[in-house]
Amino acid sequence: MSQATATAAGPTTRRAAGRRKKKPGSHGAAGFLFTLPFMVLFLGLFIAPLLYALYLSLFREQLVGGNQFVGLDNYIDGLQDREFTRGIGRVALFLLIQVPIMLLLALVFAMILDSGKVWFPKLFRVGIFVPYAVPTVIAALMWGFLYGRDFGPFADLADAINVPPPNFLSESTMLFSIANVSTWTYTGYNMIILYAALRSIPTELYEAAAVDGAGAVRTALHVKLPLLRPALLLCAIFSVIGSFQLFAEPQIFATIAPEVIGKGYTPNLYVYNLAFSDQRLNYAAALSFLLGVVVFIVSYFVMYASRKQEER
Amino acid sequence: MAAELKKPANLTLWAWTPGTAEAVQMFEKAYPNINVKVQNVGQGDPHYQKLRTVLKSGRGLPDVVHMEFQYIPSFTLTESLLDLTPYLPDDFLSDYPEWIQQQINLNGAIYGVPWDTGPLGFIYRKDLLDKAGIKTPIETWDEFAAAAEKYHRANPDSYLVNMPGGQTGQWLGLFWQNGARPFSGDPNNLRVNLTSPEIREVTEFWDKLYASGAITDDADFNDAWYQGFARGKYAGWISAAWGPIFLQSYTENSKGKWRAQALPQWEAGQTVSGNWGGSTLAVLKDSPNKAAAAELARWILQERQPVEMFSYDRFLFPPQNFMLESQEWLNQPYEFYGGQKVNQVYAEMADAVDTGWEWTPIHEFVATQGDDIKARTVDRGEGATAALQPWQDAVVNYAQQQGLTVEGQ
Repeated sequence: MSQATATAAGPTTRRAAGRRKKKPGSHGAAGFLFTLPFMVLFLGLFIAPLLYALYLSLFREQLVGGNQFVGLDNYIDGLQDREFTRGIGRVALFLLIQVPIMLLLALVFAMILDSGKVWFPKLFRVGIFVPYAVPTVIAALMWGFLYGRDFGPFADLADAINVPPPNFLSESTMLFSIANVSTWTYTGYNMIILYAALRSIPTELYEAAAVDGAGAVRTALHVKLPLLRPALLLCAIFSVIGSFQLFAEPQIFATIAPEVIGKGYTPNLYVYNLAFSDQRLNYAAALSFLLGVVVFIVSYFVMYASRKQEER
Repeated sequence: MAAELKKPANLTLWAWTPGTAEAVQMFEKAYPNINVKVQNVGQGDPHYQKLRTVLKSGRGLPDVVHMEFQYIPSFTLTESLLDLTPYLPDDFLSDYPEWIQQQINLNGAIYGVPWDTGPLGFIYRKDLLDKAGIKTPIETWDEFAAAAEKYHRANPDSYLVNMPGGQTGQWLGLFWQNGARPFSGDPNNLRVNLTSPEIREVTEFWDKLYASGAITDDADFNDAWYQGFARGKYAGWISAAWGPIFLQSYTENSKGKWRAQALPQWEAGQTVSGNWGGSTLAVLKDSPNKAAAAELARWILQERQPVEMFSYDRFLFPPQNFMLESQEWLNQPYEFYGGQKVNQVYAEMADAVDTGWEWTPIHEFVATQGDDIKARTVDRGEGATAALQPWQDAVVNYAQQQGLTVEGQ
């Protein structure tokens, strides 16, 4: 190769130069064409509605008196809306309790699976993942039955030992009951992500650790865990966003315990009720943006905290 | 007009009542040139939400829509409904009892053809009440309260009735019976008075029963509630004429043991009732086939063949005078009620529904907010009365936000 290049130095270089000049352009066009379908959908189905919602959020349309530009009024109202801020507080509490428990469970299951010391690993893996394949609405309905005070396993158990049935859907227990459903649904999903990350760790590292005399627990804590950090961060960010978007479970439980859920149990539920039952689309759009800002800040904080940890 | 109906037309009808498709087939036989597509886009709230959405977008609009009485002012406020007067016979209104006329005839225009109504009554398990030594029928609310206490003492696991804090439709029916008139439909002079003495009398009555533990406040129309009837947790229900339609599949074991009676009265010897539910067919203003659409609504809700189908086969409670006066219908025995001729009971109630009740043009908010606040205060043991002022404030606040003028504000 080098010989051939040397003998035909002149023309080749020129041709190569010419090609090089042409390259970025043609590549660019082809690349653009390849991403075009994505861009069209992305702009049409994501950016455009977002801009439209932003536009809507600056107006106030009344049943009587029409539509008028109100600037940031909807946003100011939103920040003072106690139903909304209480909803944010509620999902923040949910996040603080549910996400660590779920990620810890997912991590433990992923490590157990990865250790290769479990019987029927495929069954184990699928068994934990299956709840994720159950649609959220179905899962919430199913848990609604399980939580039931008049029938359901817990009510039957309480009946058998002659105590009043526990109320899983009361004002003080609702958030935990929802957290339980979320944990049940999403642990498997997070486990799969972490398990996949574990499988991609080169085995040489384990061998090296073994040679250095590290046992299974030590390897898990000091080799696997640090290498899992990017995957864990990914899971954490997904869970943060998921928590703030909590909707289906409270929406379903509202039919069983409307006295607890009400209109604004979670911010998303509140936005939905404002838009579709109260006809306050403009205000709902503004609250959606406020919610987006909160999610952005919290996600950023999670990433920032994790990077700090890494630097240490 | 007759010529207009001979022209070929395509109509879309949005409704959720069982039997609609059957009635439409009868209509298509009578008008072979008119082709009707029946769609069920959801029952109650989802239906109105979808309707609002298509009205806003202006695409995919149906011609004829299911419209409950309480929603008519909300959709006339947005000028979405067609005044049917030019398309209906001159004596149309006289086909219905007066209180029903008032529900559809607003500001001199007719916005819907009545489909069914829900005069309130009380249905109960006669076997259970007999065993507890309760004399039926229960005539006054005082007797009702005493019966509830007595019944629960005799049956610690069972209750005479369950009264959800949230179910605003049912509560409004009871306020209605007691002569309360909390709303007016005029957006330029909206009246909202949810704290009147007539309303307080009702909520305080029920709060006493909640406090004594003689009744429950479980949310209704969910599985636990249906099972409550199946398992005999609830021995009765303050219900509209359509009530048993919902209970039939859950009460196989108690079939024939149920009875219906008039709503208990505030004063002995009176006969007054309120209404819970009931609907009409309305025509959208933007329908390109107004005459055909109006005729569809009129035909399936006024001609004998479809009306009898709805009344006899689907157990809808009819609004038409000719049905309410039909001896054959009045004397129809029902298996669910152990052969009782319940139509007579409810026909009497329908006749006793007080006139002059109006709805606000923001009913969805009134109802969802009422559900929300009352359910919470009742659940916390504060009672339904504690919900009235916050409910009133929320409705007034929303009405003003929406640019309506509220009386006295």
